[in-house]
This record gives sequence, structure tokens and C-alpha cells, in this order.
Amino acid sequence: MHELSYTQGVLDIALENARKAEAKRVTRINLVIGGMSGIVDDSVRFCFELLSQDSIAHNAELTFRHVPTRLRCRECDLAFEPESEQWGCPRCRKWDVELQAGSEFYVDSIEVD
Amino acid sequence: MKITVLKNILDANLQTAERNQRLLESHDILAINIMASPGAGKTSLILKTIEGLGKEVAIGVIEGDIASTVDADRISQAGVPVVQINTGGGCHLDANMVANALDTMDLKKMDLLFIENVGNLVCPAGFKLGEQKRVVLASIPEGDDKPHKYPSMFSQTEAIVINKTDLLPYLEFDMEDFKGTVNSLNHGVKLFEVSAKTGGGFDAWLSWLKEEISLLRK
Repeated sequence: MHELSYTQGVLDIALENARKAEAKRVTRINLVIGGMSGIVDDSVRFCFELLSQDSIAHNAELTFRHVPTRLRCRECDLAFEPESEQWGCPRCRKWDVELQAGSEFYVDSIEVD
Repeated sequence: MKITVLKNILDANLQTAERNQRLLESHDILAINIMASPGAGKTSLILKTIEGLGKEVAIGVIEGDIASTVDADRISQAGVPVVQINTGGGCHLDANMVANALDTMDLKKMDLLFIENVGNLVCPAGFKLGEQKRVVLASIPEGDDKPHKYPSMFSQTEAIVINKTDLLPYLEFDMEDFKGTVNSLNHGVKLFEVSAKTGGGFDAWLSWLKEEISLLRK
């Protein structure tokens, strides 16, 4: 259940920014999530429903922009998107790779009334 | 109205982790976050390390488990201060839990702190606790394919300890393949082959810990 800790983070950030803007209601939270995070959208939505009760973010819509994990092979320089956790290079089969994208994990923006 | 935020979801955890790290560094304590799957031998590694270093290095332990005090009881019997954190179902420790544990410990009398994370090769990788070093423990019966399955965990650690080497004659574990994979994923990672049962291979592991403690004090 690591989604619970993550979702609490999302809610805290949304409420803090809404408060600074003196907003009455948070209507939408836009998230950017890299492929390495292992986050399940539905679990976050479920946790958010529970955690946001009695807050001005209750019923806010959550949107997820997923950034695929992107690796570059140090051996043959091929950039590729691995399937799940298989980080081997599809061309030369080496596991000598550098992470280029996929660790993103942030609240991009919120929409408020 | 749209408000641009661009803030890491784990920002609160990162900030608490940084506070923990500053607190530990102000006391010259080397804090090590030990991560592994359940049953790899995290507590046994700590106990054998206490046996080898306990006379010259003041060691403290934070035990993270979903439930029970079984591990903390074993550490306590070795005469070392230990705090048990029960996550109550949570699959990893976070920086706030560690901050609360540190509050109850006497940091003035400590050189080395082991933080034993919840047995899990997935989520603990995402949560910094305030440690100076991360150590991933793998064990022979788990098989040599674990770095292939959990690259995120094995690529974000300073050292990897391979435990239960006394079982190598009885099991199929391709050590060269394992080492090749982790070296590719994580250039320059320190590797130690040990048996927490027999004490085999512990000299190199204990020397590394002592070296890291003295580096911290410089």
C-alpha cells in the first residue's frame, strides 16, 4: 500500500498551493508519473477519495500523464523503452544502461475555483 | 484557475530525510539503510556485524517490520540499543518514522546506525530515510536473477552484500552472472560475499564499514 503515502503527498501539495492562492475548491490535480514509480492510477484514486474527505480537494479530478521509462545502452548507444523491468538492450543484449527518463514523480499543476 | 506547481510528490519525505541526515552527521554517525527481500538475512547480517565490530564501534539499530518485535528482540539480546518500528501494513519505512525513532535514541553514544528496512525489493527504493549509505542484501537461495527483476533497487545502492554463500555448493547460483548484471546496472558498486552463519567473508565488509566511519569524521 505505498500509494497511501504517495497520495498523502499529492493531497498535501494540492492543499498547500490552493491555500496560497486563497482558492475555495480544488477541481483538478495534474500528475506526471514516470514508468519506474510503479504507481497504479486506480489505487491513487481510491486513496485520494479516502484522504481528501472533509477537505476542499474532495471530488477533485486526478489526471495522470505517464512518462515511459527510457534507457540508453552504454555499449551500442541505442535508446529504448524497456518492457516492464527488463532493462537489457534489445539490440546487443547488454545490461549496461543509463536511465534517461522514467523517474518523474511530481504534481505538475492544480486547477482551482 | 490553473496553478503551476511542479513539486515532487515525495518532497515532504525528502525534506525530513535531509533533516535526519543532518542530525546524524552532526553526531558523526554513519547511517546505513539495509534493504532486501524477506528472509535474505538482514537481521543476521546486523547481528554478525555486532559480533565483529561491537567492541570497537558503538552500534545502534532501527528495526522496520510490518508487525512484531521478533527482530528487535534478537538485536536487544546482543546488548545493542534498538528501536522497533512497526509500519502496520506499510511496505517500507519513511523518513518521518525514522525521525521519530531517532528522537528516542541516545545519538551521543553512537558511531554506526543500521536502519533495517521492511523486507521488500520494490517500494523502499523510493523513500530516502536520511542514510549516508544504502546497502542491498541479496542471498544465494533467492537466485542470481534478482537484479534482472528489481533493477531499480540494485541500481540505487552504494553496496551489495551477497549472503548465505555457505549454501553455494548446494544451489545453482551463477555468481559471475549476478556480478556482471549489478556492475552493469551500477558502475562502481561495492560487492561483498558473506555468510552471516559462518562469518565467512566478513573481514572485507567490516573493513569497509570502519573505513566509511573514519571518512565521515574527516
